[in-house]
Amino acid sequence: MERKQDSSEGTLQAVALLKTTMLKQSSKSGLNLNPAADKVMVDSRKLRSTGLHSDVSMKDTPTELELTENVCTLAHISVKLSYSYDHLTRVLIKVMDEQPQDVVDVIEDISRDVKRALFEDKQSILRDLPQTTAAELLAEQQRPLFSRPENNEQEDELQQETPLPNVSEIAFYLEQAGVGLGREEMQRIFLALKQLVESQELLCCRLWGKILGTVSSYIVAEAECREGEEEEEPISDEAAEEEERETETQESDENEMDPLPQSTYKPPPVVPKEPIGTGTNKCVYYVCKEPGLPWVKLPSVSPAQIAAARQIRKFFNGKLEAPVNSYPPFPGNEANYLRAQIARISAGTQVSPQGFFQTGEEEGDEEDEAPRDSYEVNSDFEGVPVNEMAESLSTWVHHGHHILPQGRCIWINMAVNSEDLNEEGEAEEKEEPDEPEPEVGPPLLTPLSQDVEMFNTPPWTSKMSSTLTPQHAVAVLRSNLWPGAFAYACGGKKFENIYVGWGLKYAGEGYSPPLPPQPQREYPSDSEITEALDPSLEEEQALKEVLEEQQDAQEELEDTDEEDEDDG
Amino acid sequence: MDSQTLYPSDLNVEQRAALQTSLVILQKNYKFQRVLLWGKVLGLKADYFIAQGRGEDEMKDRKNLYSLNCVDWFLLPPATVPLIDQVSSAAKGRFTGDPSHVYEHRDIRRRGDGDEEEEVVTKVNEEIRLAVTVHHIEEEVSVVPRGAFVKSPHGLVQINRSFCGLSYSESEKLDSFLHFSKPKNLKKKSLLETSQLNPAIDFLDVLSDDIPKGSWSLQFECGSKVCVLRSLLWLGLTFYHLPMTPHHGYFYIGDGAKNLDLPFML
Repeated sequence: MERKQDSSEGTLQAVALLKTTMLKQSSKSGLNLNPAADKVMVDSRKLRSTGLHSDVSMKDTPTELELTENVCTLAHISVKLSYSYDHLTRVLIKVMDEQPQDVVDVIEDISRDVKRALFEDKQSILRDLPQTTAAELLAEQQRPLFSRPENNEQEDELQQETPLPNVSEIAFYLEQAGVGLGREEMQRIFLALKQLVESQELLCCRLWGKILGTVSSYIVAEAECREGEEEEEPISDEAAEEEERETETQESDENEMDPLPQSTYKPPPVVPKEPIGTGTNKCVYYVCKEPGLPWVKLPSVSPAQIAAARQIRKFFNGKLEAPVNSYPPFPGNEANYLRAQIARISAGTQVSPQGFFQTGEEEGDEEDEAPRDSYEVNSDFEGVPVNEMAESLSTWVHHGHHILPQGRCIWINMAVNSEDLNEEGEAEEKEEPDEPEPEVGPPLLTPLSQDVEMFNTPPWTSKMSSTLTPQHAVAVLRSNLWPGAFAYACGGKKFENIYVGWGLKYAGEGYSPPLPPQPQREYPSDSEITEALDPSLEEEQALKEVLEEQQDAQEELEDTDEEDEDDG
Repeated sequence: MDSQTLYPSDLNVEQRAALQTSLVILQKNYKFQRVLLWGKVLGLKADYFIAQGRGEDEMKDRKNLYSLNCVDWFLLPPATVPLIDQVSSAAKGRFTGDPSHVYEHRDIRRRGDGDEEEEVVTKVNEEIRLAVTVHHIEEEVSVVPRGAFVKSPHGLVQINRSFCGLSYSESEKLDSFLHFSKPKNLKKKSLLETSQLNPAIDFLDVLSDDIPKGSWSLQFECGSKVCVLRSLLWLGLTFYHLPMTPHHGYFYIGDGAKNLDLPFML
C-alpha cells in the first residue's frame, strides 16, 4: 500500500515535473504560456529532490526516477505541446492502471499503444455511407433471372417443346471444345435467353455468341421471328418527304433566276433491303451487355451497309448509338455496323454436319439455277462419326447463306428497277446500260472443302477435342478467316456454332483503306460557259472603227435609196 | 497466369489437368521459383502452349517454354537481335503448328561494287519465330498492377508480398497499370512527374503513356469484381485483376500476329 501511494505520489510529481518541463520548452521555443516559468523550474527541482528521497527509501529498482527522466525525454522530443501533455497523462494513467513489471523497458510500447488506441476510437465514430457498388447493382439485376414464375404449372413446361436448346449440354460441349465464356457465365446467359424468349414470344432462339468491344461487349442472341412482323420504317419516309419539299423550294427559286447548270450526276440506285425472313435478314438478333440486362433488338441490315462493312475495319465501341467514323462513310450507327458484321459472320461461318439439313423438296429440277434458299432439318440424319468429322472438311456444310457482292443473298437486277423509278426526270436520252450479269454465289449447303483459300491460309482448322479419349471426344472446327468462330459436333446429331471475338475478318498482311474516288469530270464545255479572253483596247477600237464604217456605209446606202426614191 | 489459380475458359478440362501436372514437373526440373502458364499461340494445324518460368529476378530471369500437348515442354531460345531481324524479314503468314517448319525469304542484294548480284536467303525456323513473337509480346504488352512488384536497391525485381490489390477507383484508371518490361519512357519524364513516384514500385512504364491512345480496352466484368484489360495491339492479350485482392495475371491466346491496322480501327 505504501508503495502504491508512493508510486502515485511519484507519478503525480512526475506529472507536475512534466508540466514544468513543458513550460520550459515553451519558453525555449518562444511560445509564452507562463511568465513564471523560472519559478516553476525551481519548484520542479525541489520536487525532484523530494522524489529522490522517496526513491532512496525504497529498496526496489529506482523506477520512478527513471520514469520521470524518460517522461522528460519524451517531452523534449515531441513538439506539439498540448497533444504530448495529454498523451503523456494518458500513458501514465495506463501505467498506473496496469502496473507492469519493468516499466522502463515497455514505456515506449505503452506510448505507441495509447497512440494507436486513439486512432481507432476516432474511426469508430464515423458511420459507413452505404454505397452501392456496380457489383451489387448487377447482382440485383441478375436476381430475377433465377426466379421461377409461379403461374406456370410444371407439367406443362416439361411437355412443351421449348424454343431454347438444351443449355447445359451445349455449355458442356463448348467447354470440351475449349471455347466459351465459363460455365457460370454461360448459365446466366442461357437464363437471360429464356427471359428473352418469354418476353418476345419467339419461335426459336439460340446463343449466337459474344462480340468484344473497347468499352463493353455485346452478347448476341439469334432468333427466328414470328410471321407477319413488319418493320416500321418511319425514318426513311420522313427523309423522302423532306427531300421533296426541298426540291419544290429550289424550283420556285430557280424560276426567278436563270436556271443554274444542273449536275448530270445521278447516284446509283439504292439496292433494296431483303425482306425479313429471307436472305440476310433471315433471323433477328438481340444484344445485351450483361445477362440480366434488357435485350435490345438490332435493326435489319441493308445491302449498302454490308458493302460498306466489307471495306472498313473498325473496333466496336460498346454503345449502340455511337457513330462509326470511317472511310467510306458507313451508312448508320454502331447498331447497324454490328448487325452487318453479324450477318457477314453468320453467312461465312454457320456450318453443320453434312446431311443434317436438306434443301426443301418443293424445288424441282427446273430451278437448278436459282439459289436454294430454304432448308429443313433432315429427319433421316444418322450422324457421322466424330473422327471423320475432324479429319475431312467435306463432312461439314455451310447452312448460312452466302452474301453476294451486291450485299444480298438473292440477286436483284438493278437495271430493271431504275427504269421504274425514273418518273420525275425529264425526257433525257437514256442509254440503256448493258444487262448486268447476275451475281452467283455458291449455293446453300456447300461443303467446306470447297471454301476458297485466302491469304495462303486454309479457311478452317479442325481437330478433336481430346486425343487421349477419342471415343468420347468432340470434333471442333475453327475458322481462320473469322478468328473466333467455332463449331463443334458430337457423335450423333448434336452440333452448335458460336462466335467469341472482336467481330473482324482476317485481313492478311495489312489493311489499306480504299482510295477516294476519282474527281468527277468537269461540266461539259458549252458556248455559254466557256471563258474567252476579254478583247484588248486595240481590238475594241478596231472593232469600233469597223462597225462605224459599216454604219456609214449603210447610211450612205439608205441616203442613196432615199435620193433614188425622191428622184424616182 | 499462375499455375495454381485461375484458368481461362479457352482450355478444355483435359488440357487443364495435364497442365497442372506437367507444370509442377517443369518447375522441379528447371529449378524455377515459379512457373506461369503464359498463353497459347494458335497455328493452322496445331496450337502451341507457352509457359514461362521465373527465377530469382522476376524481370531478368525469365525463360519461355513451349509444348504441343501440354505434357512435353521444350525450351525456347532467347530472342537476340540477329534472330529478331531474321524473323522480321522471313516469317510471313500464320503459324503453321509445326515447330520445324522453315520460312524462306530470298533477297537479291548487290555487293559493294554494284556489278555482282548475290541472292541472300534467310531461313527461319518456326521455333525461332515463336520465341521472337513471345519476346515481342512480353516486351510490348505484358501488364502488372502498380505495386505488385518491388525493385530492391540492388536492382532485383521481386513480388511484393504485401500487395493487397488495387482499390476499385484505382483499377478504373489506366495509370495504375505498368508494363512489365524494361522501361523506355521513364527517363524522359520530367522531374515534376517523377517527384510523386516511389522508386521502389514505379520503376516501369505506365500503360497510359502508350501510343496510340486507346490501344487498351479496360472493362469490368461481373459487375466490378474483375478488372479486365485487353490489348488492341496484340489481339488476344488479356490481363485480369481482382480489385482489393492480390490476384492478377495476363494471358495471351491468339495467332501471334501484331495488329498493325490499329490506327485505322480506333
